[in-house]
Amino acid sequence: MSFDSELLQQTPDSAQRNFTLNRREWLKLFGAGLLVCAVDAPALQESGARSRGSEEENVSRGIASWIHIGSDNRVTVFTGKAEMGQNIRTSLSQQVAEELHVPVDSIAMVMADTDLCPFDMGTFGSRTTPQMGTELRNIAAAAREMLIDMAAGPLGTNRSQLIAVDGAVVSPSDHRSVRFGDLLNGQQLVKLIPDDPALAPAEQWVVAGKPVPKVDGRDFVTGKHQYTSDIARLDMMYGKVLRPSAFQGVLSSLDSAAAEHIPGVTFVHDGDFVGVAAPDSNTARHALNAIKAEWKAPEQISEKDLYDYLRKQSSTPAQAAKAERGERSSAHEKGSVENGMASSDKKIEATYTVAYIQHAPLEPRAAVAEWRGDKLTVWTGTQRPFAVRDELAQAFHLPLTNVRVVVPDTGSGYGGKHTGEAAVEAARLAKAAKKPVKLQWTREEEFTWAYFRPAGVIDVRAGARSDGTLLAWEFHNYNSGPAAINTFYTIPNQKIEFHTTSSPPLRQGSYRGLAATANHFARESAMDELAHALGIDPLEFRLKNIDDARLRAVFEAAARRFDWGKRPTAGHAFGIAGGFEKGGYVATCAEVSVDPNSRGVSIARVVEAWDCGPVVNPNGLRNQIEGAIVQAIGGSLFEDVHFDQGRVLNPHFSSYRVPRFRDVPKIEVEIIDRKDQKPFGAGETPIVGLAPAVANAVFNATGKRIRSMPLTV
Amino acid sequence: MREIVLNVNGAEHHLSVADDEMLLYVLRERLNLTGTKYGCGEGQCGACTVLIDGHPRRSCRINATAAARQKITTIEGLESNGKLHPVQQAFLDEEAFQCSYCTPGMIMSAVGLLATTPKPSQDDIIRGMNGNICRCGTYPRIVAAIQRAAGNSGGSR
Repeated sequence: MSFDSELLQQTPDSAQRNFTLNRREWLKLFGAGLLVCAVDAPALQESGARSRGSEEENVSRGIASWIHIGSDNRVTVFTGKAEMGQNIRTSLSQQVAEELHVPVDSIAMVMADTDLCPFDMGTFGSRTTPQMGTELRNIAAAAREMLIDMAAGPLGTNRSQLIAVDGAVVSPSDHRSVRFGDLLNGQQLVKLIPDDPALAPAEQWVVAGKPVPKVDGRDFVTGKHQYTSDIARLDMMYGKVLRPSAFQGVLSSLDSAAAEHIPGVTFVHDGDFVGVAAPDSNTARHALNAIKAEWKAPEQISEKDLYDYLRKQSSTPAQAAKAERGERSSAHEKGSVENGMASSDKKIEATYTVAYIQHAPLEPRAAVAEWRGDKLTVWTGTQRPFAVRDELAQAFHLPLTNVRVVVPDTGSGYGGKHTGEAAVEAARLAKAAKKPVKLQWTREEEFTWAYFRPAGVIDVRAGARSDGTLLAWEFHNYNSGPAAINTFYTIPNQKIEFHTTSSPPLRQGSYRGLAATANHFARESAMDELAHALGIDPLEFRLKNIDDARLRAVFEAAARRFDWGKRPTAGHAFGIAGGFEKGGYVATCAEVSVDPNSRGVSIARVVEAWDCGPVVNPNGLRNQIEGAIVQAIGGSLFEDVHFDQGRVLNPHFSSYRVPRFRDVPKIEVEIIDRKDQKPFGAGETPIVGLAPAVANAVFNATGKRIRSMPLTV
Repeated sequence: MREIVLNVNGAEHHLSVADDEMLLYVLRERLNLTGTKYGCGEGQCGACTVLIDGHPRRSCRINATAAARQKITTIEGLESNGKLHPVQQAFLDEEAFQCSYCTPGMIMSAVGLLATTPKPSQDDIIRGMNGNICRCGTYPRIVAAIQRAAGNSGGSR
């Protein structure tokens, strides 16, 4: 898995959209009621489903999501998205309630269950709000219109006289009404939505746009909610897996006699996979410790050689690698950087680095696997349930229909839970033990064997006229990724290129915001360096070179709230940074102080302005933005995976420092609610502004420019 | 193996446990009290916090045998007669969570803090809670929730 595999994942595999649940199973599952489905137009045309009479038979093709309205007026929404703390169970409920005209608490969301939910590529890329949210609003609006159609007869009124209110169709002129559920008369109806129905404009939202509390919040403050690691099955055993001594380790000798003698233990050895299952996790731990194994691991790149290695191994430019895979190049060239630099009055040239870091979700990877004959069910916390289903089907040579993956609302992911390692391991152990097996990775395993956010090196060269007009911009990112690599500043001469690394030293994968963090760090630090070289205020310099009105607006909003331009108190300094990615505009101001003795950086205050279009849940959005800022403190100041010869040296919270209560500054969030725009997600981009804002403030505090994440002063 | 009596949330449980079996796993695997979470196994994150005789303790670092005959309270034991504990209610009111995996440990630590410091200052809360990790970064909301539960004015954000 590499950073740009997230882009590859976004190509839908049409074969996977063939949803297999047939009509008989549907009716058994849903009972009486109205089931409304959205179907991909191409799939419909292909199957001829638009012709009358065949639609129900063909409905399983190309379905993206569906909503069921029961005769008891309960609404059930089915979506392949997973809830991991982004609050989408609530925000998607609000969007359905908004269009269907039902109370939020009449809605149940069935999420991320590969047997019950239509195919979904995964919960990543801030796509839930713009894509799934819009789709569910479409279905809900269509369902509402269908129900109004159905009510015209029973209410003896012209359809145009009817409205839907609180789960009923109402005739306002004579105050008569009929509940949605009663319209169905115990029938089982399946309808496809024909066209995109008209949606309520955000200005008229009554449920969406409001701070609706987390729909099942009570279950979380009482400990009642069951995460994967809390699920128990009858006769369940607890699994552990033996890990190699280093990355790429190969088993060279194994003595398992002592482990196999422990009563109740199932021992599994298959190639380099060695694991145990036991009646309780304490016994499993003993059994694992009783195994004597030796591993051979190859020579590997260590941390001290990392950045040289990344640059050297990146001799193949991204476009060549991409061309090999038939993809569009990410390289971007405009005008002539050489000419632009030649006409510039002030120039800068700098290299920035970002370290490998871990997601460290508080719930480590976990899975519960249960076999019934050749059918496998796995509960696991993953962002990509359908991909994990495929991984399991492949690992055990099963047809997809024999594998079910269920994702309980999960203890976070931040891009770190795209894969199914724990699911496959639990299923292997369960198969051998002939009993359900629960496997939860230890914190050390999570720090070591989960994939890492890619490290990277970024070279920047830029020039501007003395009046602050940007003339030239050259930007090369080695290994960390292409997300948000292009500059949003207006520059006539640009060369921007992403260089892949053929074999990075650590296993790499997605991380909240991908490389947008690294690229914003380098870009916004370089902009600051140039502003100082020119002797122009960093905010003024940015605004002079921004054409995008929404981007200007967030910079201006953050600066106003922060009171940019005022003199900091003694020992404190200010920094500003901002940007744009995945439909979200962000600007961040930070106030820092640097301890003259310890050189430790303290962040005193952060103001962040944010615009992602119309806001679906303002409190949920604020929570995401505040959380992203706090998480960003880790990558900015402390987080750094230390590794040597294929071993992680700090796989513990005692040696891998994450933000804690005492690290948290005063945080102020300024939301620009753009009801005239399309809604976008906010799970990622609010994280990108902090690191450069803090680095720029540290420069103002110390006169020293720090060009690494984490910042080491 | 050793026979012990664990007093959890007011109920006595007669159990046979290994000498080196941690309280966390006994709660989760034997008593099915899964509100108490594993986060690190090293006492570094606070997800496994329970109250022992009223004091917040890391159940991943305490042998079950050592907790025998003491009064153990887990997140499941905070509600009384269907009514949430004021700290639980305050976490709901402040929406002081995202993925919520840290929430039970946070709430237990906060209940322990308020027992010894009923009117905590901001600094008291930060010092008292610093051993608990929230990777989603909801710390400011948790501080606000604790202030709200304490009846401090800082609760309204």
